[in-house]
Amino acid sequence: MTDFVHPGLLFILGALPIPILKGSVRKAYVLLIPTLAILAVLTMHPGGYGAAQFIGQQIMIAKVDKLSVLFATVFSIMALIGTVYALHLTHAAQHVAAFVYVGSALGVVFAGDYLTLFLFWEGMTFASAYLVFAQRSEQALRAGYRYLMVHITGSVALLGGIILHGFATGSVLFGPIEDGLGFATCLILAGFLLNAAVPPLNAWLTDAYPEATVTGAVFMSAFTTKTAVYVLARAFPGTDLLVWLGTVMALYGVVYAVLENDCRRLLAYHIVSQVGYMVVGIGIGTEMAVNGAVSHAFAHILYKALLFMGAGAVIHVTGRRKLTELGGLYKTMPVTLTLYMVGALAISAFPFFSGFVTKSMVVAAAGQDHRALVVLALTMASSGTFLHTGLKLPYYMFFGTDQGLQAREPPRNMLVAMGMAAVLCIAIGVFPQTLYALLPHPVDFDPYTGVHITESLGVLMFTALGFVIFLRALDPENTISIDTDWFYRMGARRFMWLAEKPLARYEKAVSDVSETAALPFLHRMARAGLRIDLRGVDAFVNAVARAILRGGGALRRLQSGVVTHYALAMIAGVIAAIAVFAVAWR
Amino acid sequence: MIKRVVDFFGDERHAKKRRRLFYLVLVLIVIADFLVFREHAEYLWERLPGWSALYGFGSCVLLIFVSKFLGHQCGLMRREDYYD
Repeated sequence: MTDFVHPGLLFILGALPIPILKGSVRKAYVLLIPTLAILAVLTMHPGGYGAAQFIGQQIMIAKVDKLSVLFATVFSIMALIGTVYALHLTHAAQHVAAFVYVGSALGVVFAGDYLTLFLFWEGMTFASAYLVFAQRSEQALRAGYRYLMVHITGSVALLGGIILHGFATGSVLFGPIEDGLGFATCLILAGFLLNAAVPPLNAWLTDAYPEATVTGAVFMSAFTTKTAVYVLARAFPGTDLLVWLGTVMALYGVVYAVLENDCRRLLAYHIVSQVGYMVVGIGIGTEMAVNGAVSHAFAHILYKALLFMGAGAVIHVTGRRKLTELGGLYKTMPVTLTLYMVGALAISAFPFFSGFVTKSMVVAAAGQDHRALVVLALTMASSGTFLHTGLKLPYYMFFGTDQGLQAREPPRNMLVAMGMAAVLCIAIGVFPQTLYALLPHPVDFDPYTGVHITESLGVLMFTALGFVIFLRALDPENTISIDTDWFYRMGARRFMWLAEKPLARYEKAVSDVSETAALPFLHRMARAGLRIDLRGVDAFVNAVARAILRGGGALRRLQSGVVTHYALAMIAGVIAAIAVFAVAWR
Repeated sequence: MIKRVVDFFGDERHAKKRRRLFYLVLVLIVIADFLVFREHAEYLWERLPGWSALYGFGSCVLLIFVSKFLGHQCGLMRREDYYD
C-alpha cells in the first residue's frame, strides 16, 4: 500500500475512460472516482511526494499538510456532490471537463512548487471554460471566450511573476512569500487575486458563471475562487492590502446583488462577497483569522454549490433564469425550495447552519485585531447576504407573483445531490468541532455563546423586517448591470471600431494613392527603363560583340598553318624586340 | 410535512398568522439581547443591547437604497441589449 495516491491525477486519468463507457456503467464509474479520491485524501499522510529536478530547479508534485488536506477534503466531497447532480447528463464531455477541472484544482492544492502549480492552474482554466462553452448558446460562447481571455491574461502575469521570483530567490518552491511586495510578487499576487475575483478583477466570474450549463456552474462556483483562496492563504497571509480589498469585495458583491435580475448572476455576486470574508481573514493573518478564512472556504463551497444547484434546478425545469419571469414555484417545487433555503440560511450564518460557525470566526478575528471598521463592514455585508440569497431570490423565484409556470421537482439525482450538500451544511453548523479539528491552527473559539446568537439573529431578522417594509423597492428590474467587464467589452468594441473605421479608411486611402498616382508612375518608369535597356545598353553590348567577332575573324586569317609564315613572323618579332630593346634601353 | 411548512410561507390565507409570528420573533430577539451575558465588550456598540437589531435594519435599508441609487442615478443598470 503506497502512502500517497494523488487525488488530482485520479480525477484527470480517471476522466479518460468516461467517453467509452455507456449507461449505468458510466454512472457507477463517475461516482467511483470521487469516492476513491475522498478515500485517498482521508488516508494520506503529511509529507512531500514526487520531488524531482526539472530544468535545474527542484520541484515537488505534492506537499501534504493540514491546509492542503482541508481543501482537498472539501474539493473531493464537492466533486462527488457535483457528479451526483450531473448524473442525468447523456453526453460524456461535461463529465470529462468537470473531472479534469476538479483534478487540476486538487493539483494546485497539493503543488509544492510554482511550476507544478502553474501547470494545474492552466488546466483549471481550460477545463472550466468548456463548462461554459458546453451551454452552446451564442451568449455562452461569447462569455466563455471572454472568460478564457481574462484568465489567460492572469496566467501570463502569474507566469511572469513566477519566473522573476525564481530568478530573484533561486527557488521555485511554493511557500509563504516573505520578501515584501516587489514587482515579481505583485505579479504573482495579481494572478491569484484575479482568480479570487477581487474587484476590479471580478467581472469574469459574474459574466461567465450564469452562462455555464446548469451542472457546470455548480462545479465552477466551488473550485476556481477557492483554489485562489488556498494559494493566497499559503503565500500571502498577513498582507495588509488584502484586508482592505476583502472588505471592499464583501460589500461590492452585495451592492451588485441588489441590482441583479438573473438568479445565478445574483448568486455569483455573492461568491464575490463571501470570498471577501476569506480574503480579509488571510489579510489579517493571525491564526484565528486564517482558520476562519479557510473554514469559511470549506463551508462556502458546500452552501454555495447548494444554492447554485437550487437555482439550476429551477432553470432546468422552467428554462427561465430571470427573476422577473419567475414566481409562484413553491407549490410545485417545495423540496427544491426547502433544500435551497438550507443553503440560504447557511450562507446567511443562521445559528446551527455552517456559515454561523465559520464566518463569525473571521469577524471575531477582525475584532480581536482592533479593526472596528472591518467588523462593521462585514456585518453589513452579512445583512446584505441574507437580504438577497435568503429573502429576495427565494421570494421572487418561489413566491411573489405566480407566473403560472408548468413546473415539477427536478430529476431525483439533482435532489439527492442537494440533499447531500444540505446535510453537510447543517452538520457543520451543529458539530463545528469536527471541522475545527481539520483546521491548520489549533482553534480556541466557541461560536455558540448567547451574545453571538442573539446578535446574529438580531442582524438577520431585522434585515428581514427591512425587506418586508421595502419589498417594492427591491422588485427585480429587467436590466443588466455594468461591471468592470465594461472596460474590455467596450474596449474590444472600440478597438474593432478603430480597426474597421479609421484604420480601414486609412488603408483604403493609401491603396487609392498607390493605384492612382504611384502605380502609373512606376509603369512609366518601367517602360522608360525598358527603352533605355533595348536602345542604349543592348545596342552598345551588340556593337561590342560585333567588333569582337570582326576582330576574331581578322585574327583567324593570320593563322595560316604554314610554318614558314610563323618563322617569318618570329624573326620579324625578334628583330622588332631587339630594335625596341636597343632604342628603349638607352 | 415539507409541503405544509412551505405552504405556510406561501399561501395568502396564512398571511396574518405569518406576520404575527414574525413580529413575535423580532420582539423575542430584542428581549433576549437584553438578557444575555456580555462577557467582554471590545467596542462601545457591543455593550448596547439591541444594537445588532438596529444595525441590521439600518444596513438593509442603506444597502437597498444606495445600490438602487448607484443603479439608477449613476448608470450602472442598463437595458438588457446594452452590449448587443
